[in-house]
Amino acid sequence: MKKYDNLVKNALGRIVPTEINGKEAVAYLGIGKYKPMGRKYAPPIATCADFPADGNKIIPTLKDALIKAGIKDGMTISTHHHFRNGDLIAEQIFDIAHELGIKDMVWFPSASFECHSPLVKYLEDGTIHHIEGSMNGSLGRFTSDGKMKGLGVLRSHGGRYQAVQDGDVHIDIAVIAAPTADPFGNATGDRGPAACGLLGFALADSQYADKVIVVTDNLVPFPCIPWQIHGNYVDHVVVMDKIGIPEKIVSGTTEITKSPDRLLLAEMSAQFCDETGIIHDGFSFQAGAGGTALSIGVYFADILRERGMKARFARGGSNKYLVKMLEEGLTDYILDGQTFDLEGVRSMRENPGHVNTSPFTSYNYHGKGNFASMIDVAILGATEVDVNFNANVVTHSDGVLLHGIGGWQNCLFAKCTILPIPLFRDRIPVIIDEVTTICGPGELIDVIVTERGIAINPLRVDLIEKMKNSKLPIKTIQELKAEAEKICGVPEKLEFEDEIVAVIKWVDGTVIDSVRKIKK
Amino acid sequence: MELDKTVTIGNKGKGVRSDCYISIEINESGGIKTELTSKVKALYGQSISNLIHEIFDFFEIKDATISVEDTGALPFLIAARIEAAIKLLIETEKNFLLPFLPQNNYQTAKDRNRYSRLYLPGNSTSLMINAGIHKPDGIILDLEDAVAPDKKYEASFVVRNALRNLDFYGCERMVRINQVPRGLDDLDFIVPHNVNLILIPKCETAEQIHLVNNKIDELKAKYKINYTIWLMPIIESALGVMNSLKIATAAENIVAMAIGLEDYTADLGIRRTAEASESFFARSMVVNVCRAAGIQPIDSVFSDVADLEGLKQNVLKSKALGFDGMGCIHPRQIRVIHENFAPDASEIEKAKKIVKAFIEAREKGLGVVSLGTKMIDAPVVKRAEKTIEVAVSLGKISKNWREEDDEKI
Repeated sequence: MKKYDNLVKNALGRIVPTEINGKEAVAYLGIGKYKPMGRKYAPPIATCADFPADGNKIIPTLKDALIKAGIKDGMTISTHHHFRNGDLIAEQIFDIAHELGIKDMVWFPSASFECHSPLVKYLEDGTIHHIEGSMNGSLGRFTSDGKMKGLGVLRSHGGRYQAVQDGDVHIDIAVIAAPTADPFGNATGDRGPAACGLLGFALADSQYADKVIVVTDNLVPFPCIPWQIHGNYVDHVVVMDKIGIPEKIVSGTTEITKSPDRLLLAEMSAQFCDETGIIHDGFSFQAGAGGTALSIGVYFADILRERGMKARFARGGSNKYLVKMLEEGLTDYILDGQTFDLEGVRSMRENPGHVNTSPFTSYNYHGKGNFASMIDVAILGATEVDVNFNANVVTHSDGVLLHGIGGWQNCLFAKCTILPIPLFRDRIPVIIDEVTTICGPGELIDVIVTERGIAINPLRVDLIEKMKNSKLPIKTIQELKAEAEKICGVPEKLEFEDEIVAVIKWVDGTVIDSVRKIKK
Repeated sequence: MELDKTVTIGNKGKGVRSDCYISIEINESGGIKTELTSKVKALYGQSISNLIHEIFDFFEIKDATISVEDTGALPFLIAARIEAAIKLLIETEKNFLLPFLPQNNYQTAKDRNRYSRLYLPGNSTSLMINAGIHKPDGIILDLEDAVAPDKKYEASFVVRNALRNLDFYGCERMVRINQVPRGLDDLDFIVPHNVNLILIPKCETAEQIHLVNNKIDELKAKYKINYTIWLMPIIESALGVMNSLKIATAAENIVAMAIGLEDYTADLGIRRTAEASESFFARSMVVNVCRAAGIQPIDSVFSDVADLEGLKQNVLKSKALGFDGMGCIHPRQIRVIHENFAPDASEIEKAKKIVKAFIEAREKGLGVVSLGTKMIDAPVVKRAEKTIEVAVSLGKISKNWREEDDEKI
């Protein structure tokens, strides 16, 4: 099987394969253009007569469960990133696969973290054929060096749901790490020693995988309430001593930034939202995890408090700052997609206004609408933006794959998308002629806020008009690029090998760009 | 030319960003050999290499080995580091200068606002690059206490190049030199490059001011500079306090005098407290001397950057004592300093009334200005005008405040 074949030019002019790891793929056609027909994918029919009538599905070990689930060569195994950098399960699964001599597996995580670096050895020895999900840190470098046997596939959180629902990815075995579960397989993430909030990223897997294994270190008698994952989808339950490292589960960037430069970006972004009327009574916003995004939330709260207004809802990652807004009455609801600290977990457990959501409700392309497009403003990051407002979030300035897409692509559908980014980072300009990798098309990116000026996408004549008399430094994106180059110098063009090592999927499953092998 | 001697210059290691570490050895043959490790090699590898060759050509060095460990230094910093290293190896009168940034070519007024002045370590540019974006009134490139003794030599090259090639975004361009007499040598690196104001630390006598001015005048003549370079002596000792009137009146180009309380309290052998009652005399003395000399009194820095509320209280006290500004060591402090030194709403209202009364009196041809039953003296009017000017410059009131106020009525 070839890693990829049939290269074509997609609607953004990028060269992409239309055969990936032996499967057909569609090149990106434009926003909202690709509409697959037919019926959704479905798991095999199960019969309750095959399961213990007393509801006890406990199996002694993960190895037993994987064998019972029929683990074999070439299978796709899914895991989830609720535990972020504190995940202890993914590595164990492949330790077992390796021990059983199984080859050519596909790992389908909802995201990967630095804690997954040990999997490099299984990519090297052929236990894992390739990764579909995200390739961060060492896994990204391994991929960029062209060492992965198959082609890497990167998807957004919403794109992952879409791929499962339309059958692009068939999950053979889903392993769901659950902070609390009962013997029937009902599971929740909002309590237990490894509490992480919610289990939304595992929802599709529970419903669509051939076999579902729930792993927990906090078994409670039936029923486990709330049941974020329904035991009715679950084949086996495994009880372990420890499934995650709590202090790493809630790590991430959960403190507001102390950097004066980032605070300035946050303040300028909040002021922009204020002056354009985006902040109004009953508005909604996407809450991000990075230090700058968190600080913008704090500025939003200040503005709302001062005006006696409140938001209707905040969607996205929850943390102590957002919880404070909820408890202070500055927002009616938190629609939580990912909980970033223990305050968020506590609030979700206790506050009916703190609601757990999933990629299905928020992002899914095959839903009858989703929440992401209903949001007034999304504040996101990027490693690079080009003069056409196309943005990159996966590759670094040296072209190496280092980050996943997360919910980033999905959030671009907000009514206004703002990227607050420094004009350059340690001499590396952020606004350039052409991004290395297109993850999001420029037509969905409305505003770039840098410390040296704000560029509004020319498509947004309404925003340009509103900011006509603003004291904020409104500039064109070309002016910003020129300013960066004046300070840093004009960057040389990156050189790559021809070989493609990974592809970036758009939210609809089409291929928006390719990542090429690093030239040594 | 010294052969077989390796010199090193610059910063590297954990937490070092936007900097570089250079080592150079001059050889007898073999041409220029370059080893470059850089996080921006893919984007600027060629341009860094070109710069290295340009500098070696300029100093007519044909055979040398240079290694550069770069964490994203801007070209003017790389040039400063290489030049500093080369000058440890060869005798030369030449200076390698990149073209002066045209937008840095401005002078400042004697009585401009000096509420905030941001101190930046002279031997690193990572904090300098965005300093002007945060809009302090002045940016101080510090050659004195913020530079370790063994880094003072290389810092002077960094400060020189920063004065030429770092965009100051309109902030007053200041340098704190080392204590006189050592600080006199620093002047060669800053006077020819359009420094607006020089801070003279640990100033104790008028003689020190004269020494600085004599050297400045020499350099001004040599480089044909015809604008004034301002001075701000810093009083940091008991002797300095007692001599402060002589210092403040030592020269025409002194525009402000600051007090430095860390060294002052150390000199007195007492502890510096948050209430600062121990330095009341010294601060009050500096304020009185400055007013007597017609220059701006400037307060010491507030060193707890995390405590913005404490800073605010400190600023309010400082303003009440009569100070016109304060040093800062973190951009977060700038806004607190500006907002609290600036006239507050009631001060602005009062100033508006006085200015209006003055204009009306002038229009009516009256020699005496009165507000209600009170007569207003000329200095009061002048102060009110200054208050209004400041409020306008800070955006607290509109330039057309009189027309707008009339419309409201």
